[in-house]
Amino acid sequence: MLKVNSLTYSYKGVKSKHDVFKNLDVEFGPGLNAVLGPNGAGKSTLLKAIFGLLKYEGAIYFGTESITKMKTDEKTKVMSYLPQMDIDFSMLSVLEMVLLGRLPDLKQRVSDEDLNAVMDTLEALNIKDLAGRSFGELSGGQKKLVFIAQTLVREPKIILLDEPTNSLDLQKQLELCHLLHRIIKDRKIDIIVVLHDINLAARYADHIVIITGEGEYYDSGSAKDVITEKMLKEVYGVIGSVTLDEENRPVISAKRSVRDS
Amino acid sequence: MIKTQQLENNVNRELYNAMIKRRVALSAVLLAALFALVILNIFIGSSDITLKEIIIAIFLKEGKGHTVMIVNQIRLPMALMAVAVGAGLGMGGCEIQTILRNPIASPYTLGITNAATFGAAMGLILNMNVVKASEPLMVTTNSFLFALLASVLVYAFSLRPGAGKNGIILFGVALNFLFNAATMILQYIANDEDLKSMVFWNMGSLLKTTWTKFYIVFSVVVVCFIVFYLNSWKLTAMTLDDTKARSLGVDTQKVRQMVILLTSLLTAVSVCFIGAIGFVGIIAPHIARQFVGEDQRFFLPLSAMLGAFVVSVSFVVSKIVIPGVVLPIGLVTAMIGVPIFLFIVFRKMRTL
Repeated sequence: MLKVNSLTYSYKGVKSKHDVFKNLDVEFGPGLNAVLGPNGAGKSTLLKAIFGLLKYEGAIYFGTESITKMKTDEKTKVMSYLPQMDIDFSMLSVLEMVLLGRLPDLKQRVSDEDLNAVMDTLEALNIKDLAGRSFGELSGGQKKLVFIAQTLVREPKIILLDEPTNSLDLQKQLELCHLLHRIIKDRKIDIIVVLHDINLAARYADHIVIITGEGEYYDSGSAKDVITEKMLKEVYGVIGSVTLDEENRPVISAKRSVRDS
Repeated sequence: MIKTQQLENNVNRELYNAMIKRRVALSAVLLAALFALVILNIFIGSSDITLKEIIIAIFLKEGKGHTVMIVNQIRLPMALMAVAVGAGLGMGGCEIQTILRNPIASPYTLGITNAATFGAAMGLILNMNVVKASEPLMVTTNSFLFALLASVLVYAFSLRPGAGKNGIILFGVALNFLFNAATMILQYIANDEDLKSMVFWNMGSLLKTTWTKFYIVFSVVVVCFIVFYLNSWKLTAMTLDDTKARSLGVDTQKVRQMVILLTSLLTAVSVCFIGAIGFVGIIAPHIARQFVGEDQRFFLPLSAMLGAFVVSVSFVVSKIVIPGVVLPIGLVTAMIGVPIFLFIVFRKMRTL
């Protein structure tokens, strides 16, 4: 799986320089990986670095292959990356939007292979009937699914998702996570997802990586091992309790910030 | 197994074809209309020539009196130039709007057209002062360099953190004023004759078209079209957010540079041979977008065709409004373009 070796990256503003990561080592596991951490921990930055949208020091490996040294075209064959932003408006149809996931191999005349990949992916996500619709007319949840389809259609080995549950209601959040599990099983791929909701991560993730607010590695492992009251206090600065539900998964209940007495 | 695969291919292909059917049909209709307009533009002129005579003159190079010369050396290049310039402006507007993700951007609003005008005016004056004979290439180079200068300035500004869409447009407006003023200074110091020709030239005219000028514009338009078309999926991805486009593997920086370079070239050749025609760059892509969306495989050719359509219709109108007088094409384009544009915008607002 994916391995990050002594990743160092600093954000350079107009006047200031701010270290986001200093020699960060992270190892991901098979299945659904969740990256957790407070605001400013650099979770999104980590995904960007893995996909190669940032210039960083250090090395990132996929198995024994160095992703750092790959060209963009090669990289897009190994992985897909879904940034956090919501794109509300576009004059593209759903079919065209998903087709874009097949870049850079797309030809001016869409090949059977590309077309079938798109339709199969839409079918797998149960949104085949949206193919001809205009993207701008879809609901927020449907738009999310279209973007997930766009990342899948490339048939990558790893998918990086930056807070895909953002702006979804509770039911759709659960459905999305359920879907991610199904994708992992059906397509034999691994997913790295940045999540805000600790309980959601605890419920669905096979492997959790925790980064502190200073961009340092804190802990990783199964939900039961890493989601603890101590972690809540040290990483999130929150006093809370962790209990196990009937499926033996940790559930947190946050009480108050350590800054409030 | 092979059979089911074949079946699946067919089903998907049919679905896809149904989706693009309307676009293909629309493109075909527009192409036919353009062809008719070219013929109409050859037909309309001060001396009466019948349709039959035109066809014989073009294909057999035969006819009585000056017919062959009028058709082949004057009217045909002018009619084709209207198409080429219109297509170039439509394409330029389409791609500038795409890379800036702004539907009101165009080479004109960004100051590129006025910069090219200034460059051409400078070349014109320098030409008249330094060399007596007209040097079309010198005017082109001059106008191109200034178009490029304006583009690079806009581009550099767009890279600044915090330069939003509106900031870029405002910057373009500022450039417009700058180059306008600079052109006026040239006009102020020019003698009466130069001033007169510059003012007329600024309004846009197809009347001085020669085959050489047409071939230059035509080759630039064709080359740009091919380059844009080959990059159509990347350009389509550029209509999304920058990070999104990059996540799809598009080198957004490189695509932007390419578009700015080629658009400058397109703007420069049309401005230096025809003069400033402003509105086409906004209106053509705007209408095209309403019809076919932003899939560049259709959006780009349709923008080009609609640009050619608007300029060709304007050219027809410019010749028939006042008998015996040919109005400047730039003025007519705006007069015709504005109502069409408003009609489409308001119709869209009603349906919303």
